[in-house]
Amino acid sequence: MARVSLKNVTKIFEGDVVAVKDASLDIADKEFMVIVGPSGCGKTTMLRMIAGLEDVTEGIIKIDDRVVNDIPPKNRDIAMVFQNYALYPHMTVFENMAFGLKLRKFPKEQIKERVQQAAGMLGIEQLLNRKPKALSGGQRQRVAVGRAIVRNPKAFLFDEPLSNLDAKLRVTTRAELKALHRRLNTTSIYVTHDQAEAMTLGDKICVMYNGIIQQVAEPMEVYDKPVNKFVAGFLGTPPMNFFDGQVQLRNGSDCFVIGSQEIQFASRIKNTLTRYRGKDMVLGIRPEHLTLVPPQGQSRNGIDCRVIVVEPLGDRKDVYMETARGDKFIANINPHIDIRVDQAVTMYMDAEKISIFEPGNTGKNVSLQG
Amino acid sequence: MKTRTRFWKASHIILLFILSLSFLFPLYWMLITSFKLEHENSLWPPTMWPEKFTLENYVSILAHPEDTPLFSWFKNSFIAAASYSVLSVIISLLAGYALARMTFWGRKLYLTLLLIALTIPGIILIIPSFIVVDFLGWTNSLKAIIFPALSGTFGVLLFYQFLSKFPKDLEEAAVIDGASNFRILISIIVPHTKPLMLTLLILNFMGNWNDYFWPFITLYSPSMRTMPVGMATLQGRFEHFYGIMTAGGVLMAVPSIILFILVQKYYIKAITLTGAIKE
Repeated sequence: MARVSLKNVTKIFEGDVVAVKDASLDIADKEFMVIVGPSGCGKTTMLRMIAGLEDVTEGIIKIDDRVVNDIPPKNRDIAMVFQNYALYPHMTVFENMAFGLKLRKFPKEQIKERVQQAAGMLGIEQLLNRKPKALSGGQRQRVAVGRAIVRNPKAFLFDEPLSNLDAKLRVTTRAELKALHRRLNTTSIYVTHDQAEAMTLGDKICVMYNGIIQQVAEPMEVYDKPVNKFVAGFLGTPPMNFFDGQVQLRNGSDCFVIGSQEIQFASRIKNTLTRYRGKDMVLGIRPEHLTLVPPQGQSRNGIDCRVIVVEPLGDRKDVYMETARGDKFIANINPHIDIRVDQAVTMYMDAEKISIFEPGNTGKNVSLQG
Repeated sequence: MKTRTRFWKASHIILLFILSLSFLFPLYWMLITSFKLEHENSLWPPTMWPEKFTLENYVSILAHPEDTPLFSWFKNSFIAAASYSVLSVIISLLAGYALARMTFWGRKLYLTLLLIALTIPGIILIIPSFIVVDFLGWTNSLKAIIFPALSGTFGVLLFYQFLSKFPKDLEEAAVIDGASNFRILISIIVPHTKPLMLTLLILNFMGNWNDYFWPFITLYSPSMRTMPVGMATLQGRFEHFYGIMTAGGVLMAVPSIILFILVQKYYIKAITLTGAIKE
């Protein structure tokens, strides 16, 4: 068990490619930290630096209280599960799992015992004599996890371990990984581009974009209080809807103007937004916070639009809409409501759930202030 | 449609049969000539099967070690070919691994030089090589036919090419498992390069075993000769004893054939190798 911390870590690759920029992150003992972001955001590079597979250009990485920048991977006491599992093709499952222990000169009996125990935990005892090519994707994934847990390391590093599995298996394996973490209580750092994995697995999630850490917090906090427009748009399926507009004073009260439509703010953010009066801003609202009837006790924050696509998903309907100005957005509605393509409707926003961002890809969420 | 496929299949088989025949016939001819009495070789039309089997040709080579020290030749050839092929595989593997996986100053330049070296015909290097070998005092010693050829670049480039495509994940997994560079090479890379190693081994063994010109100019005393150089002396200046020459040829071909049969499986695997490792 260990604490892992990064202090102002930067990684610059050959040709001045900045992969990670000034990243600081604290991962508490026994914590499951998920690093999430789109491809090329630097999340894998960060994990590889923690593993010792990449040098750190600047900054400090500590495991417990030891600076590990110059310590080779084998002495960092970590285990890693690779995206393609990286099982040694010429070795049996047993040999794959035992390899690390053998190199660390564990007695034979102990190796056997540990491998058996890990295999039992993962339900792969019957596969121990098989070679990786005789295993299915899911089985390989388990072996890769098994290889990591036999060593009983201080921390597990996972590099998109579920991305090669089919959707159904991914969901079940995700739950198993979570259960395994609860059982082993080992500090885990998990890299993924799948926001659903991040939300479900992480005790905390770290959202990265363009080599920069955008936000580190518990999953629901990141979802409910995204610090900027990127984080807001990255988490959630379908993603948050954004409308360009302006904060303006109308009838003595600040509101958000989208074309000819006015959206009233909740009193919670009204004062904060005064200072943005007259500025171009972006309004963000999640699809589940748009309804066909105005929320109780709120002024009518309606937006007139036309339905362009209806996707019934069983538990809900995703409805794609377009305003007269050309803004496209999505709303989740009750699956039993009859709504048709080309129908003109008014969608109401829950004023309590509105976020206001500064313009730009990583525009700050100003509604969190004050 | 079916008849057409069958026709093509049949014509392939016939073509392959004719090709194999053209490869095998000289070997067959060498073998039966070595068992014929000398006078039978001058008959016309030639006999496709010995009228009378004889081991006389073999006896006359093997029974006169003072003229034809076959065992010394065999020993020389074997020591040279075996040491050269084993050393060259080791050097090629290590150099190829370093070039493919390690970063060091001048790596690209070195690779370019290796490629250029590959384009230089070996025959051009005979005289400078001889001067070097002579300077080192290695003439008339097996060192002359083992060490200079180790500078060959083909094997290095072969391993470089293969190992450049070797999945990095596997090596990194081994690094995390606690393996050193050398351990990775032995436990992870070597098991995958076995076909390549054996192919290079057999190619180099045969190349060295069959080499005539270089041993001919560097090894001059009769007992230091290798098999091909020794065999050449079986050819008289004014008359040819085909039986004896072919018997020598058979004795010389046996080790290569045995080696080939032993590693044939890997040899074919290496030729069909696409370079990709499948898990």
